[in-house]
Amino acid sequence: MRHRPGLGTALAVVAFLTFFLGPFCWQVLTSLWPDGELTRPWPSHLTLESYASVLWGRPFLRVVLNSLWVATLTTGFCLTVGAAAAFALAKLEFRGRGLLLSAALAVSMFPPIATVSPLYLILRAVGLRDSLVGLALPYATFALPLTLWVLTSFFRQLPDELYRAARVDGCTPFQAFWRVLLPLAAPGLATTAILVFIFAWNEFLYALTFLSTPEKRTVPVAISLFASEHREPWGEIAAASVVATLPLVALTVLFQRRIVSGLTAGAVKE
Amino acid sequence: MSPRGSLERERRQAYLLVAPAVLVLGGVALYPILAAVWLSLHRFILVFGERRFTGLENYAYLLGDSRFWAALGNTAYFTAVAVTVELLLAVPLALLLQKASPGRGLLRASVLVPWAIPTVVSARLWAWMFNPEYGVINRMLPGQDINWLGAPGYALHAAILVDVWKTTPFVALLVLAGLQGISEDLYKAARVDGASPWRTFVSLTLPLLKPALLLALLFRSLDAFRVFDAIYVLTEGGPANTTETLSIYAYKTLMRSGDFGYGSTLSVATFLCVVVLAAVWLRLLGREETAR
Repeated sequence: MRHRPGLGTALAVVAFLTFFLGPFCWQVLTSLWPDGELTRPWPSHLTLESYASVLWGRPFLRVVLNSLWVATLTTGFCLTVGAAAAFALAKLEFRGRGLLLSAALAVSMFPPIATVSPLYLILRAVGLRDSLVGLALPYATFALPLTLWVLTSFFRQLPDELYRAARVDGCTPFQAFWRVLLPLAAPGLATTAILVFIFAWNEFLYALTFLSTPEKRTVPVAISLFASEHREPWGEIAAASVVATLPLVALTVLFQRRIVSGLTAGAVKE
Repeated sequence: MSPRGSLERERRQAYLLVAPAVLVLGGVALYPILAAVWLSLHRFILVFGERRFTGLENYAYLLGDSRFWAALGNTAYFTAVAVTVELLLAVPLALLLQKASPGRGLLRASVLVPWAIPTVVSARLWAWMFNPEYGVINRMLPGQDINWLGAPGYALHAAILVDVWKTTPFVALLVLAGLQGISEDLYKAARVDGASPWRTFVSLTLPLLKPALLLALLFRSLDAFRVFDAIYVLTEGGPANTTETLSIYAYKTLMRSGDFGYGSTLSVATFLCVVVLAAVWLRLLGREETAR
């Protein structure tokens, strides 16, 4: 397309960059700001004190491990259950295909507050309420529909001939899935895994409701409850935020293309 | 093997392959929703273990509960304003992302930063910037310091700003996907006809973008309507409940008061609002499809 990179365009790019990156950069700066100087307009020097007190003065590493565990568990669970279903939805003929996909979409639009009271009672009844494993189960409400949609669109992109050839060679549908199509869908699995991991890492309402032991808190819950006796520990909050966010930001920038294609998969009809 | 037998076998295996997913969805979504409706027909205080069936009593109370109506109003206002602003920002942003311009690569990577940041973290980050005494926003603005999160009237708008910052990138990506579906030939034809860039945008791009925009509206308004994380962290619904949304009111009733009966009623009411909203959008989308 013909274009003149005019002043207006340049200004708009700068404005958007400032809006989106500015607050995060400010948070990074706050995390390096000496704690006693937060009331001043500008720091006299930068320091890693806030990081030291977050990592060694609080059980924050434990919290990060909790989140890693829950997010990994959710990802593994949803990918295992979801990949098989997504393959069937994309390549096999059976009744209720459209219904299942629409149901998954509808479930992903559920407000989590709508299911929180029964889920609380169910998890309590089976003894999984205050547990990280138990938390991964309700996470399937948002993670499984996401998995189904993204993976189904990936399986659809694989040529039907591959599946038919495998069947002619004597594979059962399941063998065709396991030996032929699943290995080819590896990029789709990776994209889905990244998305589910990020969503699980960021989830707040269920984690806040179901976990009561402080040692079991996940990152968002811990950061929301960060407090000290006298005033808000802004430096430490900033440091903890950076620690909790930097891996995600790195992951996102690194896998930019995949995330974008995964997020918009199914949203746009070809 | 006969082709009929093979088809039969394929169907059987298909059901086996989808069965776990169906069971999980039923267990974590369908059953809990039905159970929530059942709970909402009870008086049920968790700590006392008190539980008895009261029929529609909770719903009768709901209709006269001014706090519920206020929360509904806050939620609707939050959703309407946030989603409108997001769409208005997302369209120019998507155009910038599509156009080959200096800084596009950086812009593409950086829009995903707010998206990837946990909502709780983004709320904490903005809360520090909104801090009335030392926050960077009041320092940059001339005049009297504003108590952004503590003054009714300001607080809900501060929460909207946080939501706009966090989710405009996602909307822009949806719009961008729509833009990329528009054929380059149409633009060439418009140029040959001597249409100005503005004219091309209004008469060509916008109408063709309509399905993508409606879809973004659908996703985002359903998502904004269930808002919890950002507001809970910013204000917990205060000051004077002026930022209390339906999710937050329901959460407080369930987990702070331990009232699982009326709390479930509020949850079900929130769910029904989302269903109505979705039905309206889907109707509009459907009309759009048949019109083309």
